[in-house]
Amino acid sequence: MIRSEILKEIAPILRDQLVVCNIGIPSQELHAIDDQPTNFYMLGTMGLASSIGLGLALSQPKPVIVIDGDGSILTNLGTLPTIANNVAENYILLIIDNGSYGSTGDQPTYAGRKTSLSKMAQAAGCERVIECDAAETGRVLQEALDAKQMTIIVSKCESGNAKMPVITMDPVVIRDRFMKAVQA
Amino acid sequence: MNIDKKIADDLVANDISFVTTVPCKQLAGVIAEIDQRDDIFHIPSNKEDEGMGLCAGAWMGGKRPAIIMQNTAIGVTINTLATLIQYYRMPLPMLISYRGELREPVACQVEMAVHTKALLAQLNIPTYHFHHRSDVEELDNILKYTFM
Repeated sequence: MIRSEILKEIAPILRDQLVVCNIGIPSQELHAIDDQPTNFYMLGTMGLASSIGLGLALSQPKPVIVIDGDGSILTNLGTLPTIANNVAENYILLIIDNGSYGSTGDQPTYAGRKTSLSKMAQAAGCERVIECDAAETGRVLQEALDAKQMTIIVSKCESGNAKMPVITMDPVVIRDRFMKAVQA
Repeated sequence: MNIDKKIADDLVANDISFVTTVPCKQLAGVIAEIDQRDDIFHIPSNKEDEGMGLCAGAWMGGKRPAIIMQNTAIGVTINTLATLIQYYRMPLPMLISYRGELREPVACQVEMAVHTKALLAQLNIPTYHFHHRSDVEELDNILKYTFM
């Protein structure tokens, strides 16, 4: 399975939740599969999806699902200790770990070689860390929502991207409709 | 006047309740004050751009955020300021210490100090430089202006 197949499968779970989605092709894929006002698409700023989602989870009570990638987590590794030490039980970080930088041409990441992001999350102090195969992502994500406990999910999948159009929505429009959905 | 308390009071008076900080010797008193106050949620960041991501999320979650950092880290935040904070048009007060100014003992700190104002100006970020303790009187109005 590649990332877009995971996104298609979990789209019904994501639909009613606040979702912060990683820069580049992940956001393009989610936007094309099931655009929702509850989706915040990152158009730039690689690495900060997990931080934006944590700030959001700590500031309001609704569950927040961050869809991140292994490359972006590696870009902002300091995020893991910050997450671990500022527990928000409404926070789920779903790292779709395809071992590559998908948006830039599928160059391998270190997570696809020796580095284990789930072990790094555990070492950072995150308490509920689950590594799963791509096909299990939907079940694990639903269980995390039901558990109402901060959860880091590392979903191991294959490298590859679906061909989707770029997002042409204005960033202020994305942000404004997302904030209205947060307050709704 | 206890300047650390005054700064924290101004933040609270302007409904700022989510503050991220990266340590700084010059701003250590403010950071300590913010850390012990119940009316501000203090979340230390490992890096300034990470902190700005937290602030963006807090803003979208309905809280007014602020970041406290050193000018020496302006460089690592340029991309985040341009493509997140400014691109999505989010207000963010940045309380930045000015290392490398007159009486700075560490020569290397001057290297980013000479770029600080140029970088902020390049990004069209309104900048107020406090030279004297009494300049802090302007902070309340600056915060109001930031969230206008």
